[in-house]
Amino acid sequence: MSGTAVDTSLVGLAEGVVARAEPGEELEAFVARRRRTTVGVRKGEVETVEQATTAGIGVRVVVDGRQGFAYAGSLDDDAVALALAEARDNAVFATPDDANGLARPDGVVAVELPGVDEALAGIGTDRRIELALAIERAAVATDRRVTGLRSASWSDVVAESAVVTTTGVRALDAASFWSASADVLVGDGDEVQESYGVRVGRSLDEEPDVEGAGREGAERALALLGASQPASRRVTVVLDPHVTGSFLSLIGQTLLGDAVLKGRSPFADRLGEPIAAPGLTLVDDPTDPDSPGAGRVDGEGMATRRNALVEGGRLQGFLHSTWSARRAGATPTGSAVRDYASTPRAGTQALILATGELDLEALLAAAGDGIFVQGVSGLHSGTNPVSGDFSVGISGRAIRNGALAEPIREATIASTLQRMLLDAVGVGSERVWLPGGTGSAALVIEGVSLSGS
Amino acid sequence: MIDSDVLERVLGRALQGGGSFAEVFAEDRRSSSARLEDGRIEELTSGADRGAGVRVVVGEATGYAHTADLSEASLLAAAEVAAAAAKGGGGIDEVTLTRRPVDSSPIRLRPEDIAKADKVALLRRAEEAARGAGPSIRQAAVSVADYRRRILVANSDGLLAEDDVTRLRFMVQCVASGDTGMQTGHEIVSATRGWELFDDRSPESIGEEAARRAVLKLQARPAPSGAMPVVIAAGIGGVLFHEACGHGLEADLVDKDASVFAGRMGQQVASPLVTIVDDGTPRGEWGHLAIDDEGYATQQNVLIEDGVLTGYMWDRLRADKHHRGGTGNGRRQTYRHLPMVRMTNTYLRAGSGDPDDVVASTPRGIYVKQLTGGQVNTATGDFVFGMGESYLIEDGRITEPLREGNLIGNGPDVLRSIDAVAGDLEMAGGGGMCGKDGQSVPVGVGQPTLRVPSLTIGGTAA
Repeated sequence: MSGTAVDTSLVGLAEGVVARAEPGEELEAFVARRRRTTVGVRKGEVETVEQATTAGIGVRVVVDGRQGFAYAGSLDDDAVALALAEARDNAVFATPDDANGLARPDGVVAVELPGVDEALAGIGTDRRIELALAIERAAVATDRRVTGLRSASWSDVVAESAVVTTTGVRALDAASFWSASADVLVGDGDEVQESYGVRVGRSLDEEPDVEGAGREGAERALALLGASQPASRRVTVVLDPHVTGSFLSLIGQTLLGDAVLKGRSPFADRLGEPIAAPGLTLVDDPTDPDSPGAGRVDGEGMATRRNALVEGGRLQGFLHSTWSARRAGATPTGSAVRDYASTPRAGTQALILATGELDLEALLAAAGDGIFVQGVSGLHSGTNPVSGDFSVGISGRAIRNGALAEPIREATIASTLQRMLLDAVGVGSERVWLPGGTGSAALVIEGVSLSGS
Repeated sequence: MIDSDVLERVLGRALQGGGSFAEVFAEDRRSSSARLEDGRIEELTSGADRGAGVRVVVGEATGYAHTADLSEASLLAAAEVAAAAAKGGGGIDEVTLTRRPVDSSPIRLRPEDIAKADKVALLRRAEEAARGAGPSIRQAAVSVADYRRRILVANSDGLLAEDDVTRLRFMVQCVASGDTGMQTGHEIVSATRGWELFDDRSPESIGEEAARRAVLKLQARPAPSGAMPVVIAAGIGGVLFHEACGHGLEADLVDKDASVFAGRMGQQVASPLVTIVDDGTPRGEWGHLAIDDEGYATQQNVLIEDGVLTGYMWDRLRADKHHRGGTGNGRRQTYRHLPMVRMTNTYLRAGSGDPDDVVASTPRGIYVKQLTGGQVNTATGDFVFGMGESYLIEDGRITEPLREGNLIGNGPDVLRSIDAVAGDLEMAGGGGMCGKDGQSVPVGVGQPTLRVPSLTIGGTAA
């Protein structure tokens, strides 16, 4: 597959399936194809070259409010026919729901996005190897205490998808991505620490900062050496942008139509009310071409749009799939996410936190004393997204007199997502794009309970 | 799935540019799932996935390519892509395959033979039981998922082996509402079995257990913070040993010095009370495999015996490099993935003594009955686990239930400090999925009741 242009045969294939709809039947075909090439290196040599080409189709049928779904991990005629037959059969057993139904175009025009970068789609394996080796070299050159890498890899993806429905949707999307990641080991005496660094992008228009990934992994691991357990107390924490990103995705989960309708969001009844510090603005904007999560259409073929979630601390809205928008009587937001093996559900695509005025140094200075959090663990097991309670393991550095001090480990911070949003008193001025599409920044939170020794 | 003469030609093509090892892995997976929420059958899903991957190894380099099309032409093309990534060395001219017998797990009631209407009825039974637990139950969601995975492995050593595995997973999640807000509870039952699973564990009992946990948490108080003794009940606590030391005993991580257990073979790394085993052979267990995804028979591997490090887990590539045999731990998520060292069923062997005595001899601490997953840094052994169901121990008695919190500790420290291991070994009825380097595979865990003298509790109590 050359992958340099949108493959219209995907639309053709989807149209072919939808043409088989029977009277009274709504039919949707979602067809996706993806090529991912990954090169891993170790100690200056190629360790793995993987080329993964995936293609599949998901078929959704709605008859009299009953929905059925089936998928196939290949696009040959038999597999597609079986998926259609199974989807119909599955619909028979589902409970009717008048909010079930396929997306209908609502007049919003899909933005133009750069799509597939020809240079990235045509990148050769030799160049991939060079880039991967540069990640490792940069990590090793950072400090003599870097003992090696668990992995250094370059990966590039060309992804295309098409959605066609009997309700008038006919949508195509295509994009390319690259990511450079390093998992770096450092040692000092008997002590070993490990951390990671990552860079992502959508094109080769600018030279990919692969060295940045290696250096970042090394620096984050080095910062952990000699860590000790801090004393339990109430502190101000400054979250590094990676950590902020993890929390943003948790908060994002509570702002989805499905969660709200099913009583699983602590913010369900708070529309229009202040739920965060006045300085906080959070949007989901897949139309932003800078986001690694940017896309023209959502998983149901609706044009994507900029959706304000929190503006000036006030809750502005939730993200919806067609089902949740209908059920809630809300305006569609074009926020269905899926792959070919799953039905669409409301999800975040490009969560973006509006940046603030102060750079990291100034944020640390303003914090005075506290903890700079560089890593969290147990985020999902330690969070109750229904009640908002969370307790997570952290690693990072102490902040003393406004500057970074000794590293810390084996500690946890606990609060609730609700409290945390209200206590978020500062946002960093530098935006960092994360692999999930999130535009993150450093975040300062006051009054967090730190549990250590 | 693929004729052996086709496989021989594909392996030959994979090695034509050199290469010391080549392998074809083919997989056919059929899956189905059904979900009921708020009284509605929301979704029935069926899926079919089939394809094959070709791997070529030269020295330290591996090339891999896969295809969803099992025709000879397509397999040969994949072989060429994989071979291009790994050139030089080798010298294998011809591959002759010999089929190895595989003792696949028998399945009495195949999920694909169960009528969809009967599957739906089962969900309803679990839901009714959950709602019957009391008026505070506001929501119940029930799901069942099953799959049948047929695999074929052929490699340049002449190995040809096939297996046929069926797995089933049933889950109930409840939300209860009371004066303290909303609380959740869940119960998962999973096994490498067919529908006969429900002969031993009724859907009603699974629904009731999920509801009981949610209701219990309504009366629970926030978990405390700080270091204290922790007694972990038999069963699911084994996930702690999976995370806190199992990963560190995977040979690929040891090889990369990304494990605290590198270079410690033969040394006392744990309390003499601790023996840890990984064993893919027990039929029916969630992590059971007759053969691994490289075609080798699984076996019982004793990793730590009476506290002494006795073995690592190996896949084919690492074992070859170290001129030793594999241990049947080479696994992959699908044909789209390269195999790597993974656990199967990992458990701590039974000690002696009564679990009640372990609690009775703990003046003050935490009793953990359910863990909800966790994370470990294999380089340091630091881990974090969520407590799903836990209680205070006061004066040697289990007293008040606690809300969610985390357990934080260090794997090697915990292993060394364990000071009581009872005789009540249990495998967790609801094994989970283990993620490593982007791949997820089913793993079983188990343990007897045991005590760790000091773990940090990250609770939300002020």
